[in-house]
Amino acid sequence: MGRVQIKTIASALAIAAALAAAPASAETLKMAWSQDATGLDPHKQTAFASIRLLELVYEPLVRTDAELNVVPAIASSWEFSEDGKTLTFKLDPNAKFSNGDKVMPVDVKASFERILDEATSAAARSNFLSIETIDTPDDETVVFNLSQPDVPLLTAMSSINAAIVPASAIEAGTLGTETIGSGPFVLDNWEPNSSETLTANENWAGGELAIDGLDISVLPDETAILASLRTGQVDFALINDPLVATLVPSNPGLTLDREPVLSYHVLQLNAEEGAMKELKVRQAISCAIDRQDVLDAALLGEGKVTGPLTMPAFATDPSELFCYTQDLDKAKALMEEADYADGFSAKVMAATGEPPTAAAEAQVIQSQLAEIGIDLEIEMMELNVYIDRWLKGDFDMAVALNGGRTDPYTMYNRYWTKDGNLNHVAHYIDDELDTLMNEGRVETDPARRKEIFAEFSKHITEVSPWVWLYTGYSYTASTDKVKGFEATPTGSLFGLTAVTIGE
Amino acid sequence: MNYLTRRLVTFPLVMLGVSVLVFISIRLVPGDAITAMLGTEAGLLTPAQRAALETYFGMDQSWFGQYWHWLGGALHGDLGISVTYGKPVLDVILRVFPLTLELALLSMIVALAIGLPAGIYAATHAEKPSDLIVRVVAMIGQSTPSFVVALLAIYALSVWFGVLPAMGTFTPLFEDPLKNLAQMILPALTLGFAFAAAVTRISRSAMLDILSDDYVRTARAKGVPQRKVIWHHALPNALIPVVTVSGVEFGYLLGGAVIVEQVFALPGLGRTVLDAILQRDYALVQGSVLFIALNFMIVNLLVDLAYAALDPRIRLGAQ
Repeated sequence: MGRVQIKTIASALAIAAALAAAPASAETLKMAWSQDATGLDPHKQTAFASIRLLELVYEPLVRTDAELNVVPAIASSWEFSEDGKTLTFKLDPNAKFSNGDKVMPVDVKASFERILDEATSAAARSNFLSIETIDTPDDETVVFNLSQPDVPLLTAMSSINAAIVPASAIEAGTLGTETIGSGPFVLDNWEPNSSETLTANENWAGGELAIDGLDISVLPDETAILASLRTGQVDFALINDPLVATLVPSNPGLTLDREPVLSYHVLQLNAEEGAMKELKVRQAISCAIDRQDVLDAALLGEGKVTGPLTMPAFATDPSELFCYTQDLDKAKALMEEADYADGFSAKVMAATGEPPTAAAEAQVIQSQLAEIGIDLEIEMMELNVYIDRWLKGDFDMAVALNGGRTDPYTMYNRYWTKDGNLNHVAHYIDDELDTLMNEGRVETDPARRKEIFAEFSKHITEVSPWVWLYTGYSYTASTDKVKGFEATPTGSLFGLTAVTIGE
Repeated sequence: MNYLTRRLVTFPLVMLGVSVLVFISIRLVPGDAITAMLGTEAGLLTPAQRAALETYFGMDQSWFGQYWHWLGGALHGDLGISVTYGKPVLDVILRVFPLTLELALLSMIVALAIGLPAGIYAATHAEKPSDLIVRVVAMIGQSTPSFVVALLAIYALSVWFGVLPAMGTFTPLFEDPLKNLAQMILPALTLGFAFAAAVTRISRSAMLDILSDDYVRTARAKGVPQRKVIWHHALPNALIPVVTVSGVEFGYLLGGAVIVEQVFALPGLGRTVLDAILQRDYALVQGSVLFIALNFMIVNLLVDLAYAALDPRIRLGAQ
């Protein structure tokens, strides 16, 4: 008996010691996130979590900064021709891949040819269809010859889905398993859904980093992430759930950074079936919803009400849009005019945990629409089941969080043009939307483009095929010793290149 | 054919049934590997792009063709390649299984170390206040969800003591025993808590039953000391239902404790299966479920053999 007790005490002490022992290595940033990458091929992976990781390892030709301006990455300069039909890049002569090879025009050409090759199944291919041929006249010039003027092409090239990879890796077919990029970090080790280790890329053209590398842990439960930050086991973390994020500041020694994002929360309506075919019913739904109230109740007010365009350069003041202030009398009147005075029943689908607030949003919308006699049944489902139905357009209404882009055309052509791949998911199109989108694509004057897309915003909120609600934030939490991180609206972690770790 | 051989003969049949069921059910779920990888962007694929991806994921053949292909591999010990990990399924399973096995064993040790003495104590003090306390605690233990216990433990540790076990990665026991135990003790206690409650309740009622049996009364009448009656005469028989419960519970734990692994961020079998299902990593789902089924059958067989060892009256396979 006595021996057992001594043993227990000894092992308890040992465990306490092990718990308290902090690992050395002050120069590696210990990070955590709750969702892990799903693969390593930058042209094929579209999940946020994968993109977050790949942005640290690969580089596109250009990047967007915190103000969403296009800035140099592999390319040091670029220029559209007068007619807007050729786009010429000069490459940074210092750009190197992590294996020491210089990034050459042939790598750029091979990368875009791979993206355009249908056999690759590159996610972003549809953004680059205007590219007809690619010339590489010398060791630092790449010329894209286009079939038509295509202004959004440049911002589309800032995505990691248009990353420049070594032509040799394409040849060898190793992109899914090995990473040789020109980005700030090198991925040394990846244990899916568990951890990844990165070290600073000494060949990176962007200069010396203040940190040696990154140790990333995948902690699926965000409450556990918060606990790890508290105990200093982790110094920097991404947080998805606003409910967890709002708890961060109440901990001494922890800082929360909020960055407005481009992705938007929206209530998608199916304007092709039943009551919602009626313009007035859709407008009534828009008038019945108190967007700020949904935001306050479901996201603790963590975000701001938005129109369709979420990028600051194109965003319009929401108060100028149709029925952005709740007006129940007008909503009821509209329902009456549409012969739906008694309302109707419909189902709204939402994905469990994606976003974390989806269920709450659906419930608030349900109660608001009940005010005008619309009886909503909420269907919660696993994300992939939801996506499957969403892609088929198989829903009455859907609570969605859709990704944003820095350019309105790239963001919305899939939904709001007649030949958009996802027009059947948008469930609505009219000539005006189609015309405005295509005008915005070819217009080269920025001021005029802004007018075109403002018109688009105004019109689409009036015909109300969807009810745009608000944008949320992306959150990073860090301990006080981490300094210098700069977030961007695209959610990129590229700002880690400026991070320093103090004591 | 003796009992053991007959039991072993059923193994392949059960495995075949399980593999067919899993194969079909994972494919019946809406959403496939392509939507899992691309999300809504899957809607932007051209037909040719989709066809290329289907070939890549091996989804271009008929279900029967896919199953046949998989079965052919499985019979040679090749469970296919996991698309998420880019590694053979068996490698992935064998990498995460040690964690799950250790967690299951630790939980069982915790459960038996707490549950058995508590149950016997309650049985021998039946209907006294102390018995009531044990029963109430066991009731609470069984009815508290494990994620609540886990989160409370994490919260208490991080807020009051400013410490936490390392999360996200796993240190194998033989690499660094102390670090490993520091990582595993909390999840093991969390799992062991509910498990112990079940053991307490079963051992208490089994013990109470047996203490009123004839042979125990006889032993008492002959003047055998109380302690000896309990530990010598009654306990071996009282253990039978405890072995059953523990065996079944242990079998479940070998399938991975999904919730506890999620909260403590331990990359064990449970989370691997869950992530594989969410990412529609068909080969990994099939391989891991098969592996779990095999473990379950082995544990069940061991429980039956332990029966016979504990109770000579049980003759396995007696007609």
